This record gives sequence, C-alpha cells and structure tokens, in this order.
Amino acid sequence: MTDAPTPTVSVRAAITRALGEALAGDERVVLLGEDIADPGGGVFGVTRGLSTTYGADRVRDTPISEQAIVGAAVGAALGGLRPVAEIMFMDFLAVCLDQLANHAAKLRYMSGGLTPVPMVVRTAVGGGLGVGAQHSQMLEAWLTHVPGLQVVVPSTPTDARGLLHSAIASDDPTVFIEQVPLLSFKAPLEDRPVPLGLAEVKRPGTDLTVVTYGRQVHDALAVATTLAEEEGIELEILDLRSLAPLDTDTLLESVGRTGRAVVLHEAVVTGGFGAELAALLSEHLFGQLRAPVLRVGATPTPLPYAKSLERLALPGRDRLLQAVRRCMAHPG
Amino acid sequence: MPERTDPGRDTTVLVDLYRTMARIVACDQVLRDAISGGQVALAYYSPRGQEATAAGFAAALRPGDSLVTTYRGLHDQLARGVPLKPLLAEMLGRAGGTGKGKGGAMHIVWPDVGLHLTTGIVGSGLPVAAGLAWAAQRHGAGQVTLVSFGDGATNIGAFHEAANLAAVWELPLILLCQNNGYGEHTPVAGHQRIASVADRAAAYAIPGVTVDGNDPTAVLDAVTGAVDRARAGGGPTLVEAVTYRLYGHVFGDQMGYVDPAELAAAWQAEPLERFRLRLVEGGVLTDEEALAIVEAATAEVDEALADVLTWPEPGPEELLTDVTGFPGESP
Repeated sequence: MTDAPTPTVSVRAAITRALGEALAGDERVVLLGEDIADPGGGVFGVTRGLSTTYGADRVRDTPISEQAIVGAAVGAALGGLRPVAEIMFMDFLAVCLDQLANHAAKLRYMSGGLTPVPMVVRTAVGGGLGVGAQHSQMLEAWLTHVPGLQVVVPSTPTDARGLLHSAIASDDPTVFIEQVPLLSFKAPLEDRPVPLGLAEVKRPGTDLTVVTYGRQVHDALAVATTLAEEEGIELEILDLRSLAPLDTDTLLESVGRTGRAVVLHEAVVTGGFGAELAALLSEHLFGQLRAPVLRVGATPTPLPYAKSLERLALPGRDRLLQAVRRCMAHPG
Repeated sequence: MPERTDPGRDTTVLVDLYRTMARIVACDQVLRDAISGGQVALAYYSPRGQEATAAGFAAALRPGDSLVTTYRGLHDQLARGVPLKPLLAEMLGRAGGTGKGKGGAMHIVWPDVGLHLTTGIVGSGLPVAAGLAWAAQRHGAGQVTLVSFGDGATNIGAFHEAANLAAVWELPLILLCQNNGYGEHTPVAGHQRIASVADRAAAYAIPGVTVDGNDPTAVLDAVTGAVDRARAGGGPTLVEAVTYRLYGHVFGDQMGYVDPAELAAAWQAEPLERFRLRLVEGGVLTDEEALAIVEAATAEVDEALADVLTWPEPGPEELLTDVTGFPGESP
C-alpha cells in the first residue's frame, strides 16, 4: 500500500502488484500456469518477478495441461490453499471447462456448503491483436451461464488490483478476464478496495446509459465525450466490472433514470451477456424504457485474422455511435 | 489345527478388513433390495465385487489423508469411514445427507474423513486429487491423497494430464485404478490396447503395480507401499487393482454384453466369501464369528435405512443457498 502521490501504472503492473501483495500477505496463496515463472513471467509478463520473490514452488510452472491446471486449482482449494491459476488464453477454457463448470462451480452446492472452492482463474483475451480466432474470443457468457462461478472484467488498474484481491479473498471460484490490449492502459492506481458485485458509473448522464465492461468502457467514454461536446447528448457510462455477481440495483437505477440503454461488449452479440442484460432491463423496466435496448458486440463470426476484417468484426466506437443514434431516434 | 492365515499379520487387521467388506456388501444388498422393492428410487452404481479393493486401500490410509472417488464409490466411502446415515440420506435426497440432499448419490463428500470429492464425470477426479496432493505437499505434514477411478477413466485426457503433473511435481498421490473389467458396457479389451493399466505408468516414469483387487491384503500391501513412498517424498504410484463388477454398470443393467460363463466364474470367486473362507480355514475367525459380523452389518444398514427413510427432504429454503457465499456468507 502506498502513500500519495497516486502512481500512474498499467493494468499489467496493477495485476502483478495485486498478485505480489496476495502472495506476501497470505501463505495459502499459490500461482500455477504455463510459463508463469521467471524469467518469462507469463506470455504477457503479468507474473514477472513473482517466482523469484516468492519461490518457484508457490509460483509454479505447469505442463501444457489446462485440465490439470484448473483441476489442480480446484483440489488445492479443497485442500486449504488459495490458488490463482492462469489459463493463457480464454479460448483454452474449452479444454478445461469440465473442471470449471462441473467441479469448481458446483462443489459448494452439491456438498450443501461443505466444500467451497476458493480459487481464481486469470485468463487473457487477445481480440484486437491480430492473433486469430483461437486466441481472441471473449467467452464470459459461457461462464455467467453456470451458477456458482463469479466473473469479473476490469477496465482500469485500480479495478484490476481491487477485483483481483476480492476474487482471491472470496471463498468461491472467480474467473478474472484480462483483455490483452488493455494491459498497457495506464491510469492512476488508487489504493481502495473493489468488491465483487459492484458496478461503477464512470460518467453520469441523463439521456442514455451505455452498459459495458472491460476495455470497451474506454470506447464508451470516448463516444460520450464526443456526443456531449458536439451534440449535447449526455451518455451515462456504467462499468459493470463484475458480471457475476451482477449489480442489478445500479443497472436498473441507471437505466430507469435515463430510459434508454445500449449494451456494449467485445463478445459476439448472439447469446452474449448483453442478451441477459437486455432481458433483465425489459423485464424490470418495460414501462419506463423509451426505446428498445440495443446490443453492440462482435459479429457472429470466428474472429478473423486480417486486420481489415478484425476491425470490422470487433465492436468499435462507430458501431456504438450508430446504436446510440438509433436509440435516441425513438421518440420515447 | 490348520496353519493360521497370514501368520505375519495382526489378526485385528484381518478381521477389520472382513468387517469393512461385509459392511459394504450389506449396504449394497440392502440398497438393491430397497430399489427392487420400490422403497427408494435412484440411479445406483453397485460396487459389489470391488469391496476388497476398498477395504484394502482404506486400511493403508491415515487420518488426514485425502480421498477422491467416483459415482461408483459406495465401497470407498464406507471403507474410508463416511458415516452411514448421512451417506444413505444423501443417496435418498434427504436434508440430513452429507450434502443436505443437494448433491445426491454421485456426489458424496465428508471432509472430516478426507473425502473431498465424489465425481460423476469419468476421470475428472484425478486433476482435483493432484491439487489436493499439492496442498498436502505444501503443508508438509506427510499427508497423501488417494484417487480411485476405473479402467475406463484411463482413456480420458484428465487421467493423463493429472498423472503427468503428479509425476513432474512428485506429488504424494496414489492413483488407484479399480480395473473392474468394463468401462460402462465396453470390456477392457475393447477400449484399450495395453494388457495392463499399470503399464501406463511407464509413460510418466512412475511406478506401476498390478495387484489382485479381490484380495484385501494384497491391496493393503500394494497401497501401503505406494503410500509410504508418497509420504517419503517419492512421488506418485499407479496401482491397478484387478477386480470385477458383479452387477453391471447401473442398477437394472441386464449385462447382456457379458459372457455368462465369465460372470458365473466371477461370482464363484467373489471376494467376501473368498476372504471368509481364508479367515475361517486359517483360524482367524470361526464360522459363527464371520456370520455374526455379516448379520451385524446387515442389521446396522437395515436400521439406518429405515431411519433415514423417515428423514425429511430439504425444504425450499435450501434451493438458493450454497450456490456461492456471496454476499458475505461464509462456510
């Protein structure tokens, strides 16, 4: 913990710092994953330095065995540790989902509370890096569909550090999603806790709520600035931060007040978490909505490799702007 | 006077093994009768025929050691000491069950005796067991983890990932394959080319041993060797206990895929009677004592089942609890 002045750090550095603080503060905390130990410290350098400081038996390299990584994290949690596993890319969840969905998520319930699973899975998403369809996909909807899993997506260094601490302290399994293009995003690191299940209004507004999370928060903020300056439209930007548990109160309060909502996420629109949000909003706010809830996300395609196509597939500021205009065009 | 069975072995160990096996067989019999009689309804995966394996491995473990087993796990759970009534209550979906009736027969846990997971997904217990063994390795108190699984599980990726990780990390893990001859309805020869599951150990440069899984002392000795090695920091061992699944995959299985002669031979050599004869002929137990053990076991299970049948099902207030501890609920 630091004194003023507030340092400006990257999301990467904030995550590294949180992991180091957790390792230093609790002997039960252990890290495991592919190539997470030094000298590499993970393919994106997020764990760099930690094995040197805290030992290669606590920051432990594994074989390329995702089922074993997540399964061993489940077992380590059952055995009294607080494991933080790294799955190098979120797409690789497909080869270890049994351990996450059938074990980590269900063991507390199936044991009537005897065997909670306090573990974290950190995983990276490479959308926007030009690394193709198997290293790029946001799959949070797979996870939020499974009761028992917690899912968080930070957008800033402060949230990354705070949410990671909350996830490690939680007695339940949490997937912590790191969008790679966001890792180098820098902002002041405020020394404050960020609990699970608490959204944040990043910019207050009166005309329409953009419900978003992760790196898309910054796109939404940029669009909000433009619209306010050029057209006098005041967007409220709501950063969910935590998808499960979900801060339904803040969500409904915001959209109930503005009467209009656009959901923005990096994931494919079809069956995405935005569908859940849109359904929630229509169920709770049917009479108050002045326009249909619109969703902006990736096209229903595997993420293409060519830059020209990747740009078209991922949601950008243009698509958000179009959705906002469509929404605002409804007379309400 | 015949020469005593197992002259080098403490007779209380032998009698305890017999008592454990008799209790498993009694519980299996009572449950199958209750299902046949319509008293209870559940998908039941009988472990009958594998009771010697469970009795043997459990006798090799200490308090503090961990166990992971499978949906065909009643024998393992009883042998390890999961209390009978909560166990039966869970199988029957009662609030007093090990998991308040919310997990069911395939998901018995009882952390007090180190049973942290019973899984219904073939092979998936192995990575979890590796993690438990890692925790034990870090605790440094010499505890071990034993994971029980079938021959069919050795064809799934989770087995190989876990075996390899355990080998590379030298984890205190005993991989106990209860080779009962069949993966669901497919005989071993139809699902793997190797003659012995234990041969798979070579791929991970760990010891692999095959033992008669219908002989409780053979299992006890083999698992003791593996446990001693694990406690001493020597890493994992794959133990293959060759046994037989006398009632097929799931209750009601007509076993049309099994050669009747093979099944008859298996019944002829079934483990409980075989061990009883050995103990009686060897002077460890009299016929009367052996019978008394079986009758006591049956009476205990009969009473337990009758009692548990009167227990209530979980109330609606249980539906939404235990999903997560959020917000603020702590285990």
